[in-house]
Amino acid sequence: MSKYYVNKFLYQIDRDPELLARYKENPAAMVASWEQSIGPRLSDSEMSTVHSLSDHEREILINHDYVALFEMGAHFFLCLTIYIAIYDEDYMAKKGPLAFQHEYASKLEHWLGKEYPSIQT
Amino acid sequence: MAKLVATLATTHHPFYLKATTMPVEQQMPQAAEWKRKIEAYRETLTKAKPDILVMIGADHFHQFFLDNYPQFLIGKAPRYDATFYNEEREFDIPKYVLEGHEDLSNFMHQGLLDRDFDFAFSNELKIDHSIICPIITVRPDNDLPIVPIYANIFAPPLPSPKRFYQLGRAIREIIDEYPSDKRIAAIGSGHLSLELGGPRMFKETGPDPEFDHQAIEWLRNGDIESILENVTHESLAASGNATAGFMEFILMLGIAGPDEKADYVDSLDLFHTMEAYFTWYPEGEKV
Repeated sequence: MSKYYVNKFLYQIDRDPELLARYKENPAAMVASWEQSIGPRLSDSEMSTVHSLSDHEREILINHDYVALFEMGAHFFLCLTIYIAIYDEDYMAKKGPLAFQHEYASKLEHWLGKEYPSIQT
Repeated sequence: MAKLVATLATTHHPFYLKATTMPVEQQMPQAAEWKRKIEAYRETLTKAKPDILVMIGADHFHQFFLDNYPQFLIGKAPRYDATFYNEEREFDIPKYVLEGHEDLSNFMHQGLLDRDFDFAFSNELKIDHSIICPIITVRPDNDLPIVPIYANIFAPPLPSPKRFYQLGRAIREIIDEYPSDKRIAAIGSGHLSLELGGPRMFKETGPDPEFDHQAIEWLRNGDIESILENVTHESLAASGNATAGFMEFILMLGIAGPDEKADYVDSLDLFHTMEAYFTWYPEGEKV
């Protein structure tokens, strides 16, 4: 299990338009492909053996489950940015501006007044 | 010796440019007022006639990530590209190239090391919206060389509020000692109360308007004592999960100096966040 590695997935997908499109269209395939060839890569010639996703973390990423990501302490900025990229336009077309952001916030309402899970890694 | 001619501490709202340049009929109701306030604020820098800008911000996982995230970092390069793909995508911020000032970067870096601030450095730094947003608002012509400094308000564990203040004091000393006849302005950007990716985001106001008003009064009065008595990482988190960005304001107060009342204060209550703009001129240099 690795909060770091979940953050790494979000970070690497969000900064690459092609990977982001694949994560939107077929999340399971994107997560599998990332775990195999992108996540462990340190450079063209170096691979890391250190981190891996747990089954639970893999499910969370496949399901675009930003509530679970918040609750495991994934970085709020990475989560918000990537799911805005994936959902904002479609929500906007159907329900108007900020509809996705408002839904995102409301799904986390049970955390109001409580100490949030730590994002420290 | 060089002269510090102005210290600016500002919120950085990545949507300012988009909000004020989209077709008027689509603009938010406050767009015109926001633009007026920004243009008035810009004048506080313009009339100080700076030659070099020391820019303080924080990387939002653009160049730096959790495999190697510096607490404090200085850029030392002849030029800096700015704006990453995902910032263009989300905020519609254009790409820029900023001139660097390597001599002041090197002098600043050595001065910081001499004062026990063991800074990381980068000879190839691409800067993000924490620095380009204030360029857009207060120096849109982008015609001055910069020295970029990043201070971590983003990837915990974070340095303490006191350390941010001490760093500001050190930066001020180094500017004052820089052997040059250049006029230097220091511009830092951060946040008042802010929530991102949590239940209090994108509401009618920022997550903690009471904190926002208190913070503006503290900065207006240069009341570093009250800030350091009251502000902790925990208190900031209680005001919103991204409120640690307020520590960049504490750093700027360190540059302005203790008990230095701000010469210019303005704010604007937007949905989601309170905007705030401060300028200090050094004592005896009121312009």
